Amino acid sequence: MKKIFPNATEALDGLLRDDMLIAAGGFGLCGIPELLLAAIRDSGVKNLTFASNNAGVDDFGIGILLQTRQVRKMMSSYVGENDEFMRQYLSGELEIEFNPQGTLAERMRAGGCGIPGFYTKTGVGTQVAEGKEHKEFDGETYIMEKGIFADLSIVKAWKADETGNAIFRKTARNFNPPAAMCGKVCVMEVEEIVPLGTLDPDHIHLPGIYVHRLIQGEHEKRIEQRTVRKKETA
Amino acid sequence: MPWDRNQMAERAAQELEDGMYVNLGIGIPTLVANYVGDKDITLQSENGMLGMGPFPFEGDEDPDLINAGKQTITELRRTAYFDSAQSFGMIRGGKIAAAILGAMEVSEKGDLANWMIPGKLVKGMGGAMDLVAGVGRVIVVMDHTNKHGDSKLLKECTLPLTGKGVVDLIITNLGVLEVSHKGLHIVECAPDVTRDDIHAATEATIV
Repeated sequence: MKKIFPNATEALDGLLRDDMLIAAGGFGLCGIPELLLAAIRDSGVKNLTFASNNAGVDDFGIGILLQTRQVRKMMSSYVGENDEFMRQYLSGELEIEFNPQGTLAERMRAGGCGIPGFYTKTGVGTQVAEGKEHKEFDGETYIMEKGIFADLSIVKAWKADETGNAIFRKTARNFNPPAAMCGKVCVMEVEEIVPLGTLDPDHIHLPGIYVHRLIQGEHEKRIEQRTVRKKETA
Repeated sequence: MPWDRNQMAERAAQELEDGMYVNLGIGIPTLVANYVGDKDITLQSENGMLGMGPFPFEGDEDPDLINAGKQTITELRRTAYFDSAQSFGMIRGGKIAAAILGAMEVSEKGDLANWMIPGKLVKGMGGAMDLVAGVGRVIVVMDHTNKHGDSKLLKECTLPLTGKGVVDLIITNLGVLEVSHKGLHIVECAPDVTRDDIHAATEATIV
C-alpha cells in the first residue's frame, strides 16, 4: 500500500483529463487543497467542473484556475469574493449551479455513501426547487437532490499517517471529509505525514479508506478576512 | 425613537433562552452575541463549529479558525468542530433552536427573500436556505423600510425566495412583529413609535 507521493504533480499523474468533475474541500480559503490546485493549473487540463463551496479569490484557491480559463462550471453555494469569477460568469464563459450549502455538503456525503438521491426541505418553494421531484412525507413537502459522484477528490488535512488516516484542524475540516468521500479517487495534501501509530485511532476524522494518494507540503494558509479585537476592550 | 442597530440586536437577544444553540447571520445579527448577558447560549458557525468565541486579539489570528463570514475568530472551552455535512445535518435535523438573520423582504406569510436581486450580481445563498428550512425558530432583524422608504414587510415578496413560510418573528427599527396565520401581529413598538407609525410603514397585512 503505497499512498505517499513526493509532490502534488506526481500525486495527480494519470488522474487528470479534460471535462472531469472534481470535488474540492475547503471553505473560503480555509482548508483548501492549495498545492493540488496549483498542480492542476500547471497540468493545463481544461473544461473542469468543480464541486466546491466557494471559488477562491482572484489569485488563490480555485481562482488561479479561473485566471487560466480551465474551469467551465462551478457547483457552489457562495462565490462573492472573486472578481475574475464574476467577470467570466457575467460574460457567459463560466456556468454556475448554485447549491444551498447544506445541500452541497449532503450531496457529496451521499455520493460517497453510494446514495444517488435524497429528500430535503431546503429550497422548497424557491428557484432551487424548480425542475426537481417533490414528494410529501407526513404532510411536509421535500425536494429530491442527487448525490455527487466526482471523478476526483482533492482535499487538505492537517496530519495523516501513511495509510491516509487523517485529522483536520479546527474549522479547516469543513467540506474536506464529504469532498474526500465522493470521488472515485481522492488525493489528499497534509501539513505533516506522521509515523504509523502516532495518531490515536479513536481520534481519526477521516479513515484512510477514502484516501488513495497522499502528499506532504508547505502551505501558505492565507487569511481572507483578518478580524481582530483590541486588548483594551477585552 | 426607533431602535438603532445595537438596540435591534439587544431586542433580538431577548428572544434567546438559556441553553439554546443558535446560528447568527452576518450584519446586525452578529451583534446579538454582545447582548446575551448571563444566558448560556452556544453559537453555531455553519462552516463546522459549535461554541464560537469572539474575534482574536491581534497576533492570535489562526487561518484554520474562521466563521461563516470568513472572519478570524476564537474557540471556547466548550467548542466542538465537525465537517460541513454534519454541520448542516444538525441544522436540517432541527437541532439548532434559532437562527437570527437579515433580510431584504419578508411577506405576511413568513416568506423570506435575502439572497438575490434579479439583474444584479448573484453571489449565492450560502447556508441561508438550509438554515431557514431547518432550525426551530427563524428571527429576522432588518430595517422596516428600504433606502427608498418602501416597506420591506410585504403582502408578497417580489424578490426570489430563500424560504417559503419560514419566518417566525421580525425585529425592525420600529418594533417587533410576529408572523401568524392571518398576517403580521405587532408584539412591541420601539420607544415613541406608535402602532399607527408601524401600520403606515408596512405594506403587509397587520392583524
